Amino acid sequence: MSSVAVSPAAAETLPSEQVDLRREFNEVGIGDVLDQLDRELIGLKPVKTRIREIASLLLIERIRKRMNLTSDVPTLHMSFTGNPGTGKTTVALRMANILHKLGFVRRGHVVSVTRDELVGQYIGHTAPKTKEILKKAMGGVLFIDEAYYLYRPDNERDYGQEAIEILLQVMESQREDLVVILAGYGDRMDKFFSSNPGFRSRIAHHIDFPDYADDELLAIAELMLRDMNYRFSAEARQAFIRYIELRKTQPLFSNARSIRNALDRMRLRQANRLVADLDRVLTADNIMSLEASDVLASRVFLTGSGG
Amino acid sequence: MRVTQGCFSFLPDLTDEQIAAQVQYCLGNGWAVNIEFTDDPHPRNTYWEMWGLPMFDLRDAAGVLMELNECRKVYGDRYIRMSAFDSSHGWESVRLSFIVNRPKDEPGFRLERHEAGGRNIRYTTKSYAADRPEGGRYGGK
Repeated sequence: MSSVAVSPAAAETLPSEQVDLRREFNEVGIGDVLDQLDRELIGLKPVKTRIREIASLLLIERIRKRMNLTSDVPTLHMSFTGNPGTGKTTVALRMANILHKLGFVRRGHVVSVTRDELVGQYIGHTAPKTKEILKKAMGGVLFIDEAYYLYRPDNERDYGQEAIEILLQVMESQREDLVVILAGYGDRMDKFFSSNPGFRSRIAHHIDFPDYADDELLAIAELMLRDMNYRFSAEARQAFIRYIELRKTQPLFSNARSIRNALDRMRLRQANRLVADLDRVLTADNIMSLEASDVLASRVFLTGSGG
Repeated sequence: MRVTQGCFSFLPDLTDEQIAAQVQYCLGNGWAVNIEFTDDPHPRNTYWEMWGLPMFDLRDAAGVLMELNECRKVYGDRYIRMSAFDSSHGWESVRLSFIVNRPKDEPGFRLERHEAGGRNIRYTTKSYAADRPEGGRYGGK
């Protein structure tokens, strides 16, 4: 904490070489964003730590700038690596918010794109397309999902390279206008960076998103259900714990996204179960709760027991 | 002779910062911002060439400035103007237009008097620059 007095009266009379850190912190309001991050995102400890570190760095950078100790715009481009469904996009949105509050991007919007939106189909098509996206993202954050698809080493005539060059140029020359976040699976991003060293050196922060543990996935499921005004019955909760275990061993498991899809299917089955008996009088509790049978009807259990 | 057309033309030339602020105002109002250029700045020449497409879904002026700088690289020796088009019902027209780039040397216009029947005089303004062929009017290639 700062050694400077925190009382507002004292703060008024501070000489310009002194900074009330707490007041700075409250003024930009990133505390709320960070708390919200902690509250709404389950797990992801290393990610949250990194974001706190980045936020602190930027706060100090902001003060340094005001005291004329630095005039450089810090490089803020980031790469988010991790398996599908680990919250990369969600964190990118929060990151944009933090950067906006600290004044490092002017508008704080996020433009989320994939290869298709950047790379054209014929000669001369790519540059305008990439520039169009860059123009839209100016003043905010450009989030490039599955960025490694931009580079296709197997096809030397691929237009992806052209998009990469334009991106690199803008990332370097317009650092104060735009923050680029690249996202994708860890191993493929590593390969992408090793074949495009220009990208690696222009990216200041590499953040790795770990997979969720079983209990975190359960907590995520319950959070999602609470948001949708549903809840598990005690047995359904037990069944869902088993569901997570089984689902994780199966192919194409994508963390929180798989959980969301599973919940959607369970809601479907619940609705079906309720409608099957039209003569019944329902209570709010009936409508809100998912039963064990809704969970257990999943295909995951069939393949799990069948081998 | 300094050409004065559109908004702010009696002020000193806008700096890039001022241009960005005006563009941001246009974007904030939801107007589409266009970059246009010409080497025939006759006041009756309303149709200038467009640089790229109208920019109507941007959030920040930096994108427009990026295009403007591209345009300056190619047509830095011509007049470039920004215009902002309001597509909302009832307006559907240009709301703001201002010059953002002009040639170093502006030879200006001459007034031609055409003596018509009955001692009538008809006046025509002609740009000295437009005497030269297109592309070479302001010291271009």
